[in-house]
This record gives sequence, structure tokens and C-alpha cells, in this order.
Amino acid sequence: MKFFKLFGEYILLIKGMFTKPENFKMYWKELMHQCVEIGIGALGIVAIISVFMGAVSAVQTGYQLISPLVPKTTISQVVRDTVILEFAPTLVCIVLAGVIGSKIAGELGNMRVSEQIDALEIMGINTKSYLVMPKILAALITIPLLVIISMVLGIWGARFASSMSNIVSTDIFDKGLLENFIPKNVTFALAKSYTFAFIISSIPAFYGYNVKGGALEIGRASTTAVITSCILILFADYILAAILL
Amino acid sequence: MHFLQLAACNLQLSTMIEIKNVSKSFGDIQILKGVSAVMETGKTNLIIGISGSGKTVLQKCMVGLFEVDEGEILFDGNNLPAMPEEERKQLRQQIGMLFQGSALFDSMTVERNVKFPLDMFTKWDHKKKIDRVNEVLERVNLKDTNKKFPAEVSGGMKKRVGIARAIVLNPKYLFCDEPNSGLDPQTSMVIDLLIKEITKEYNMTTVINSHDMNSVMEIGQTILYLYQGEKEWVGNNKEIIFSKNQKLNEFIFASEFLRDAKDMRMLEEKGIIDNDRNMEEVMKDPETHLLMGDNEKRESHPDRDDEK
Repeated sequence: MKFFKLFGEYILLIKGMFTKPENFKMYWKELMHQCVEIGIGALGIVAIISVFMGAVSAVQTGYQLISPLVPKTTISQVVRDTVILEFAPTLVCIVLAGVIGSKIAGELGNMRVSEQIDALEIMGINTKSYLVMPKILAALITIPLLVIISMVLGIWGARFASSMSNIVSTDIFDKGLLENFIPKNVTFALAKSYTFAFIISSIPAFYGYNVKGGALEIGRASTTAVITSCILILFADYILAAILL
Repeated sequence: MHFLQLAACNLQLSTMIEIKNVSKSFGDIQILKGVSAVMETGKTNLIIGISGSGKTVLQKCMVGLFEVDEGEILFDGNNLPAMPEEERKQLRQQIGMLFQGSALFDSMTVERNVKFPLDMFTKWDHKKKIDRVNEVLERVNLKDTNKKFPAEVSGGMKKRVGIARAIVLNPKYLFCDEPNSGLDPQTSMVIDLLIKEITKEYNMTTVINSHDMNSVMEIGQTILYLYQGEKEWVGNNKEIIFSKNQKLNEFIFASEFLRDAKDMRMLEEKGIIDNDRNMEEVMKDPETHLLMGDNEKRESHPDRDDEK
């Protein structure tokens, strides 16, 4: 019963965002601000995770594919497909759910508790539209870009680690990267990243926007938002894989 | 008939906010029970009552943050609860509100906080906006704070920034929720007088939630006393001292000091205390005992010197 109540409130929040902006310029400024906060803010952690994720997957794949019957180029093919299909969109988005999700829930929760949202409402501003929509749009713009960056850095990390650990040479690695490449995989990864971006931004926004109480409740809302986002990402990952692959 | 319509129209102009039979419940708990009142233009209208009496809920219903279960809230005759969303947004642009915790945007400077409503609702150029911001900041006696963040200014200054932000669009209605909470008595007085002056200057309808007795006595031009969600008493700061309403007196004159002050004020009003008589004479006067009759009924207090 509680689930249906929460789901109904979530749908109402999303529905409430679609109104005519009071001042388009201010909404645009807020969108740009959120793009910087979400995109640039998470770039560092995404870069670090991606490079190491690629490097570790190259080393582990090389360790498992030791048969002389398996060509060396298979290592880069496996790494490429793993990074594009799963690591870059899913793993990075789970990390982003923690980084961005807690930030969005905390920011909105603090605004709710300190009556800043009420102050905006009194001014005649649709707070769902002004505060929540730019965050979701910014996530939809920047998270797929972060996922693309993650793919590139992941593969680069794998190439670098392969060469450093003498698993395969860079020439063979590059050759393998181009073999049996399926462009649809990138489309699939982007479809996943858009879906996850919506989850990562809208679920914490919902929990933050509806906080009641004080500092303790803000922390609780952030935790709930991150956990819910992670579960929904994994669930959506399975559904999308089952439908699109 | 035409004359009567005009008269009714005039009457409506002079009563800017009228609440009629407003009720509000949260679950099974009824907070407001059919409250009716009139908030007059150019005056500071106070809503007072003990904590939990429904002051904040009534004010939030008045500004539309809570939906009422029953009743009407008329702004110049237009019923807020029945308004479509677009009309409600228009009305809200004529409302300024000072929140208990000031509700300033933490990430913005004082200047940007005050400028925010101008950015959102006007097409003025930057210079005109800054001029207006400086004008209202000067009006609330704030100078050289433009570039400071809310965390860098004192509680009293935050309230003044809140007032400046509330009045920057020249609102017709100003709502203040506990404007004195967390402030020292001197700063409270400054804020009270500022609100009173601004109300007169901008000819606004100001509604203030308070349980600060200094505010009640200083700026209570119209006072609505709520008791357990019901309207218990209506009057002004002159009448409140002589009110016979027991619940109101228990609230207003909760301390021994204020009860004594009230007695002194009554004796002064009746001419029993004047410069020519000393206190001994006053206390011997049978009229004094008659007027202070209520005092005899008071419960004795172990800390009172005269009872030891």
C-alpha cells in the first residue's frame, strides 16, 4: 500500500514539472548550473573509476584466457564489450547514484527543511518545475556524456594495463578492438545511460523534495534515495538487457 | 441599489484579507475550527496564541501553502482556495513573506537573495535591479552587506534581508511568521518597528504570527487570539490590557511581572497612581484593592518576596 502511495506521489511530482516557466532565462541558468554541478562535478570520480575498471578487466581477462588456442586479440574484444555493455553504463551509474543522488536529495531536503522551497512557492514559482526539472534535464544531458567518456577511458586503461603488464602489445590490442565490433552495443549502452540518468536524478529529487523533519531526516532521505536508485538501476539493467539484446 | 453596491465595494477595498469559517485538519486532528477574521490594510494584524494553537497553520492556509478543508480566504474579494493555479500564481506575486528562519537561499549572497524575485518576475536591466536592491536594503538599514552570504550575517540581519526580499516587488500583502524568534529584545523591537513602518509606508496588509508580548503591545493594531484552533478574542493592543477574557489573560499575562505591570497600568488609567501620591497611599486606597481583585485570586508563588 505504501509503495502505491509513494509511486503516486512520484508520478505527481513528475507531472507537476511540466508547466510554463515563469522566466525562461532563469530556468536556462539553473539548467546550466546543474549541468556543471552534475557533469563537471562527477567527471573526476568517473575518470578514475573508468581507468582502473578497464585496467583490472584487461588483467583479469588476460589471466583467464591463457589457452594458446585463443587468439590474443580476444582479450581486447572481451574488454571492449564488457566495458561498453556493462561497466561504463551500469557500474558508473551506480557510482553516480551515490555521488549525484545524495547531493540532489541533500540539497532539496535542506531547502525543504529550511523553508526555502516554501519561500519560492510564495513568490509564485513552480518549485517542481524550477528545482526538479533542471536537475533531471541536466542528468539526461551529462550522464550519457560521462558514460561515453567512461567507455573511452575504460578501454584506454585496459590498453595501458595490457601493455604495462605484458599481456598483449598495443598493436594486437588495437587490432582486437576493431574486430567483431557491433555498433548496436553503443546504442544499447546509451539507451541504458538515459534510463539510469532519469532514475539517478528523479528518485533522489523525489525523496529530497518530500523530506519532513530535520537534519536526521535529510540524511535518511539521502540514504533511501541512493539505495532505491541502485536497486532500480539493477532492475532496469536486467529489463533492458532482456528486451534490447 | 447602485449606491449600496458602491458602499459594498468600498467596504471590500478597506478589508484586504478576509477569512471566513476556515477549518483545517491533519488526519484525525482538527487544527483550525471555523476561524473567521478580517486583516486590515495599512495595519499590522497579529495572530497570537500558545504553541500548537494553529497560528502557523492558519497563516500557511492564508498564503496557500496548505489547502483548507472548509471556508474562504478572500484577497480583495477573490477566494484563494477556489482560484485556478495560474491566478493563484499571479496573486502570490503580490505576496511577500518573512519566514521564521528567514529562508534565505544559502548559496546566494544577500544581494542575489534580494534580487531573485526581480530576476524572476521583471524584465528590468541589471542596473535598475541593483538600484532597487540597494534601495530596499537601505530601507531595512542594511549597508555594506550586499556581497555577504547569509551564513556571514547575524540573525537580526538575516531577518532584515528576509524583509527586504519580501518587499522588493512592492507586495500588497506581507506575511511574517514569528519575526522575533531567536532575537534579543532590542533587535526584536527594531524588527517590529521596521515592519510597522514599512506596512504604513507601502500601505500593505501585514499579517504577523507572534507570541512575543513586546510585539503584541508595540505593533498589535489588530490582534486575533487563537485558542485550540478557534478564534477566542479579537481587539487591539490598547484593548488587550483591559480584556476580561480569562484564556487571553492567562496567555498574555503568564508571568508575575506582566500581571503586576497590567495592574499598574490599570491604576494609572483610573488615575489612582499619579505623581502626587506615594505607593503607601495607593495601596491604602480601597479602589486599588477593587481593581486588583484578580490578584487575590492568584495562586501564591513560593518565589514572591511579599508572600514569604
